[in-house]
Amino acid sequence: MTGFEAVVLTIVTAATPLLIAALGELVTERSGVLNLGVEGMMIVGAVTGFAGAQLTGSPYLGVIAAMAGGMALSSLFGFLVLRLAANQVASGLALTLLGLGLSGMIGEAFIGQPGLKLERIDIPFLTDLPVVGTILFGQDPLVYASVALAVCVSRFLFHTRAGLALRAVGNNHASAHMLGVHVIRTRFLAVLFGGACSGLAGGYLSLAYTPQWVEGMTAGRGWIALALVVFASWMPLRAAVGAYLFGGALILQFHAQAEGIPLPSQFLSALPYIATVAALVILSRDQWRARNDSPSCLGQVFVPDR
Amino acid sequence: MMRATVLAVFAAMLALPAAQAADPVKAAFVYVGPIGDHGWTYQHDQGRLAVEKAFGDKVETLYVENVAEGPDAERAIERFAREGADIVFTTSFGFMNPTIKVAKRFPDVKFEHATGYKRADNVATYSARFYEGRYVIGQIAAKMSKSGVAGYVASFPIPEVVRGINSFLLGAQSVNPDFKLKIVWVNTWFDPGKEADAAKALIDQGADIMTQHTDSPAPIQIAGERGVHGFGQASDMDAFAPAAHYTAIIDDWSAYYVARVKAVMDGTWESGDVWGGFDADMVVMAPYTDLPEDVAADAAAMVEKIRSGEFHPFTGPIHDQEGKLRVAEGERADEGMLLGMNWYVKGVDDKLPQ
Repeated sequence: MTGFEAVVLTIVTAATPLLIAALGELVTERSGVLNLGVEGMMIVGAVTGFAGAQLTGSPYLGVIAAMAGGMALSSLFGFLVLRLAANQVASGLALTLLGLGLSGMIGEAFIGQPGLKLERIDIPFLTDLPVVGTILFGQDPLVYASVALAVCVSRFLFHTRAGLALRAVGNNHASAHMLGVHVIRTRFLAVLFGGACSGLAGGYLSLAYTPQWVEGMTAGRGWIALALVVFASWMPLRAAVGAYLFGGALILQFHAQAEGIPLPSQFLSALPYIATVAALVILSRDQWRARNDSPSCLGQVFVPDR
Repeated sequence: MMRATVLAVFAAMLALPAAQAADPVKAAFVYVGPIGDHGWTYQHDQGRLAVEKAFGDKVETLYVENVAEGPDAERAIERFAREGADIVFTTSFGFMNPTIKVAKRFPDVKFEHATGYKRADNVATYSARFYEGRYVIGQIAAKMSKSGVAGYVASFPIPEVVRGINSFLLGAQSVNPDFKLKIVWVNTWFDPGKEADAAKALIDQGADIMTQHTDSPAPIQIAGERGVHGFGQASDMDAFAPAAHYTAIIDDWSAYYVARVKAVMDGTWESGDVWGGFDADMVVMAPYTDLPEDVAADAAAMVEKIRSGEFHPFTGPIHDQEGKLRVAEGERADEGMLLGMNWYVKGVDDKLPQ
């Protein structure tokens, strides 16, 4: 493996969980629901994924368990904000706290156990190709899934009827309701999708990134995913670009340090975040576009007429 | 009659909490990470469990996890003081100022701060000489490395961490004077993903020995995946990378915590500073695995030499990066120099973040 390949592989691994979680949240927000509980759903996905893999002996069943874990927590959120019309910001924050605590409790039995790793795929001949071989054909299955997911979400949102309905619900729930779109049901499904993605992203951490369970192992990645959604101005493919940029900045600063490039490490560590802020500033300069991009009903409660 | 009853009830109400408080000693622990980190905080919690085991129902232990260094810490510490804790252990360097602040407001509560240097009448400090273990693993690293380059995943540029880096390299240089050390600062104590990424970057740049001063088993696990070797941190991490794990520097706080809680019970507690190493069993080496017999035997012999005081890892001549002589030939670095260490020894391929 050449140095270049190794660096790209590391960047992809760092970007994938961010991308998966961001895509889920993007769909949720497109439907008009702001779920700040990504971090909580991610950590629950990480622990249920790890537990699933340990108990069944199969990392693939672990992946399913991770998605189920994230979905379970998101359904609670959906019940609170859609059925009971609770405040979305408060409920989302509560979900994060709940997820962090709950995962610690579930995970207690699994501390100190080495995990099962989701193996990288080896395609005969293709993986052996020089330079592009490992990068294109030697990743773990979830990396391919995340790229496919970005394309599918983009197709779904902008080229299908259901996607149009979902965006309509997010942009003007009253009109969508008039037209006969089931607002609450659409939003609930979007919330569940977001939960499954967050759980999957958490599972990626505990099954592929660092196959182990340690409490708090998401370490704020859920919040970065939330920022990515805004960074991408709610566009799936832009979220992919953002995730890889972020992963790239993170990994390259480690390489710069190991090379002994004399830049302050605190500055290098902050670089990915500075890049995000800079991108946000550039994107939001255009007021009309900024307003137009974000779902108009984001965070607003919808109660159907009785 | 009525008045007597009321008085009796009052007396009972007053007496009840007093009687309870007099019974078990309350020992509280403030942790910077989760107990489940299988590293730094995990080991402190093992110490807490040892206290419970030693004193049974004569002691009540309380703890809080994941306390951020900063203003949050002050609230957490103060809460324990208000809840009637007799002794509060604050187990991270960044809890130093909050501990001192709260201690001023609660002169009757005893405080113990790990790895700091500020003391008061009711604030003692304690730490372990991890650098002794780092010298030993430095020697092992230099003997086992083929590329002559080790990678070091470091947390924050504080004296504690810098001392460890220097000690590791001095140990390695005692075997191979040209040994190289690459350092990546991740600016966190605990983030398995970042620690793993840093380890990958170091291995990609030629390091074939992985060592760390962060809290999760991620770096050693990456070492195992990439087919290089390394050392566990704070607790035995062999399970995470059985083929890669040579040994680990284990922090063992049990004896200290038991002794200090006992002192509170006996009323003999006094402020002070304890900095124990191999000699106090506060630093212990995990079993040597996957090492040639002579290397393991040499390591064990070095541990004994440090324990008995025959050898000190910081024995001169020691030059810093600029070539300035810091410790003269045959002399040992004094405690003040060790505690405030903010310079690298010669041979470190990194600029110390200021």
